[in-house]
Amino acid sequence: MKKFARQAIFYIALVGVWQLVAYAKIWPPYLFPSPKSVLDALVSGFADHSFLIAIAVSMRRMLLGYGLSILLGGVLGFSIASSKLLEETVGGLIVSLQSLPSICWLPLAILWFGLTEKAIIFVVVMGSLLSVTISMEAARHQIPKIYSMAGRNLGASGWSLFVNVLLPASLPQLLTGLKQGWAFAWRSLISGEMIFVSLGLGQVLMMGRDLNDMSEVIAVMILIVAIGVVVDVFIFRFIENRLNERWGTGVAA
Amino acid sequence: MKQWIQQFAQGLRFSAAGTVTAGMNGGACWPGTLVDTEAPPPLAPVQAKVWLKGVSQTYKTQNGTPLLALDGIDLKVKPGEFLCIVGPSGCGKSTLLHLIAGLQSASTGEVLVNDEPVKGPGTDRILIFQDLGLFPWLTVRQNVEFGMKMLGLDKKERRERAGRYLRMVHLADFGDSFVHQLSGGMRQRVALARALATEPDVLLMDEPFAALDAQTRDLLHDEVERLWSETGRTIVFVTHNVREAVRLGDRVVLLTFRPGRAKKEFAIDLARPRHIEEPRVATLSGEILEDLRAELNKSLADEYSHEKVR
Repeated sequence: MKKFARQAIFYIALVGVWQLVAYAKIWPPYLFPSPKSVLDALVSGFADHSFLIAIAVSMRRMLLGYGLSILLGGVLGFSIASSKLLEETVGGLIVSLQSLPSICWLPLAILWFGLTEKAIIFVVVMGSLLSVTISMEAARHQIPKIYSMAGRNLGASGWSLFVNVLLPASLPQLLTGLKQGWAFAWRSLISGEMIFVSLGLGQVLMMGRDLNDMSEVIAVMILIVAIGVVVDVFIFRFIENRLNERWGTGVAA
Repeated sequence: MKQWIQQFAQGLRFSAAGTVTAGMNGGACWPGTLVDTEAPPPLAPVQAKVWLKGVSQTYKTQNGTPLLALDGIDLKVKPGEFLCIVGPSGCGKSTLLHLIAGLQSASTGEVLVNDEPVKGPGTDRILIFQDLGLFPWLTVRQNVEFGMKMLGLDKKERRERAGRYLRMVHLADFGDSFVHQLSGGMRQRVALARALATEPDVLLMDEPFAALDAQTRDLLHDEVERLWSETGRTIVFVTHNVREAVRLGDRVVLLTFRPGRAKKEFAIDLARPRHIEEPRVATLSGEILEDLRAELNKSLADEYSHEKVR
């Protein structure tokens, strides 16, 4: 509770300083809006449903792109971990590609898929695919041998060994990569939407810029952060807690 | 199923004689005389539950030189026998169990179970690993049900059987717990229940009680002995603890240090129940221990020699 109180005080103070700076009118309000006008922008954005629609559109793209990259990254990472040849070739490529911001794929994506939703989803996939792949590979390597031996001993093999033993055994390791993949996908999506306009939160943000409406820009920025936090707390932390409870890990943390 | 195949085969033979063509109704309606006369020859009696025939196993070490772990092991385990294998660490005891379990295949020689060569893992031979290998992502009950799930048993039967075996190892109230919530002795019992639940012919145990305190181990000895006599399974039990072997086994086989060869065999004809602290167990252990000591010295000499090299 003490922690919560400290955090509350911090954020109240932060808004207070913001309010003071805005009140001092060092910069004109269209460059530095007050907390009140940002709040108004949030309220009116939700009131006319434009934020809700943007969130729905963005989340749909995220789910498609992220889901696809989990699927592809899982298969790719697992294959890389199981084959020395793939590890030396594809594995190396994947690690080096990670230094490429995924938004760099957008020009190619637009050429390949046109100005369609597919182009955006491609960028989202490229954003999270690599970290999912790498963490799947690492997780596969770190599964203690005894689990697969015990699984085979009890009659699992091939696909059933993968689904019933290898996958659950790698989940705690994998989760870190899935979390990171989500964060990368989320950033890639917003960047993509900002450049190539078609609904979504990124576009609402750019609209605010075009209309010189900084309150709206900041309101959308707050929304983007809030959604990230909500997903982290309600989805990933929930899964993490369940895993910790099962494995008996991280109890001290 | 087997009967149906026999009848079907007879039907085919009959049709080959040119009288009737084999139909969907198989051989079930053929004249009784024909079925009776063509009864299959009785199966040859099973000679041994597990039969290791001249089994050797070679490993590649890190620097590339081959290491002979097991050398020409000839061993028969009778149905329902409790066989203990003792030897110093590095004598290939675990390898032996892995070979029977089908998790590895022998470099030379053959492993037969029920007179059939072992070709891979099978739920008729369940190995309890030294580190157990319980699945931490499953509850105790789900762990026990795992093998049955792989066998394709339906949920109701799995539930029922898991409950039965959990009761057998006195863990009926812990079905919904996770593995990390249990004590070492309880985990051992989960592993036992999980192994027994697939109702294997042969139970292979790889130093299962090495990490336990003496009291827990004594209790588990009683438990294993009871389960063995209740279920009539064949058990191959590997340990480096001679007293444990004498406490549990019908027969103790002593392996030599690298390469593992069967050095000596001891029939343990002490009446059951036995206790590990009993004088008769101690006396017999003493005899075996003398033979084992020579091997232990070799094992230690080998370890020390590595030390000097460094």
